[in-house]
Amino acid sequence: MISILTRWFHRLASPVWFYRIAGKLLPWLWALFALLLVTGLYGGLVTAPADYQQGDSFRIIYVHVPAAWLSMFVYMVMAVSGAIALIWRIKLAEMVLVSCAPIGASFTFIALVTGALWGKPMWGAWWVWDARLTSELILLFLYLGVIGLYNAIEDKRMASRAVAILALVGIVNIPIIHYSVEWWNTLHQGATVTKFDKPSIHIDMLIPLLLMAGAFKVFFVISLLLRTRNELLERELPRQWVKQLVEENAND
Amino acid sequence: MTEFFHMGGYALYVWGSLGMTFIVLLLNIVLPLSQHRDVLRKAAEFHEWEGRDEK
Repeated sequence: MISILTRWFHRLASPVWFYRIAGKLLPWLWALFALLLVTGLYGGLVTAPADYQQGDSFRIIYVHVPAAWLSMFVYMVMAVSGAIALIWRIKLAEMVLVSCAPIGASFTFIALVTGALWGKPMWGAWWVWDARLTSELILLFLYLGVIGLYNAIEDKRMASRAVAILALVGIVNIPIIHYSVEWWNTLHQGATVTKFDKPSIHIDMLIPLLLMAGAFKVFFVISLLLRTRNELLERELPRQWVKQLVEENAND
Repeated sequence: MTEFFHMGGYALYVWGSLGMTFIVLLLNIVLPLSQHRDVLRKAAEFHEWEGRDEK
C-alpha cells in the first residue's frame, strides 16, 4: 500500500507532467484572478461604507489584510514543501519551496508597507516596535534568509535541504504573528474576521475583503506556477523532455 | 468622482497602498516571465549545440 502511494506521489511530482499541467491551468487562474480582483476592488473601494471611526482610511484593509494572511499562508506552504523535500527527497517539492520565498517576501513587504501607510494616519506613527509588527518583520527576514541561503550554496540539491531546515525552524514565528495581538499589549487592532464567534465586521465590508483574499491566493498560485516552472527548466535543462519542448516551440 | 479619489482626505495613504501593492504584484509576474524566456532560450541553445555535436 505504502509503495503504491509513494509511486503515485512520485508520478504527481513528475517534471513533465507538472510543466504541462501548469501551462493548461494558467489561463483559467488568470481569469479567476481578474474576476475576484475586479469585484473585490469595486466592493471595497466603492460599495463598502466608510468606517465610523477610521473614515475612508480603513479601505487599506483590502490590500493589507489579504497580504498579511498570504504572508503566513505562503510560509506554511513553503515549510510543508520543505518537510516533503527532506523526507521523500522529491525534487518538485524542493522547487516549490524555493519558489515560495520571493512571493512570500513580497506579500510580507506589502503587509508591512501598507501597515505603515495605515498606521501613520490612525496611530500617528509609521512604525512601532510592538509584537505584531516585529514578528511580521522577522517573517520578512526569514524569507530573505531562505533566498540568500539558497543562492549561497552551489549544489542546488544541498541548498534545498539547507533551506528546508531553515524554513521548518522558522515555523515557530507563525503562531507568534497570529496570536501576538492577544498575547501582548499593542496598538494593532485585534482580529475581526478569524474569531470563533461572529466576525465583528459589517457584511458589506467583509465580502470584498474575502474576495480580495481569494484574489491574492489565486495570484500566489499563478506566481508559484510561473516560478516553479522556471526552476524546473533550469534544473532539468539537459533532459530529453526539455529538448522536446524546445523543438515544439521552434515548430510553432 | 473627485470625492472618490479624495478618499475622505486619506487619498495619499489609500492610493499609495494600492499603488505599491500592484507594483510589487506586477514584479512577481514580470520577473518570472522574463526568466522563463531566458531559460527557454538557454535550453534551445544547449540542445541545438548538442544536436550539432551528434551529427
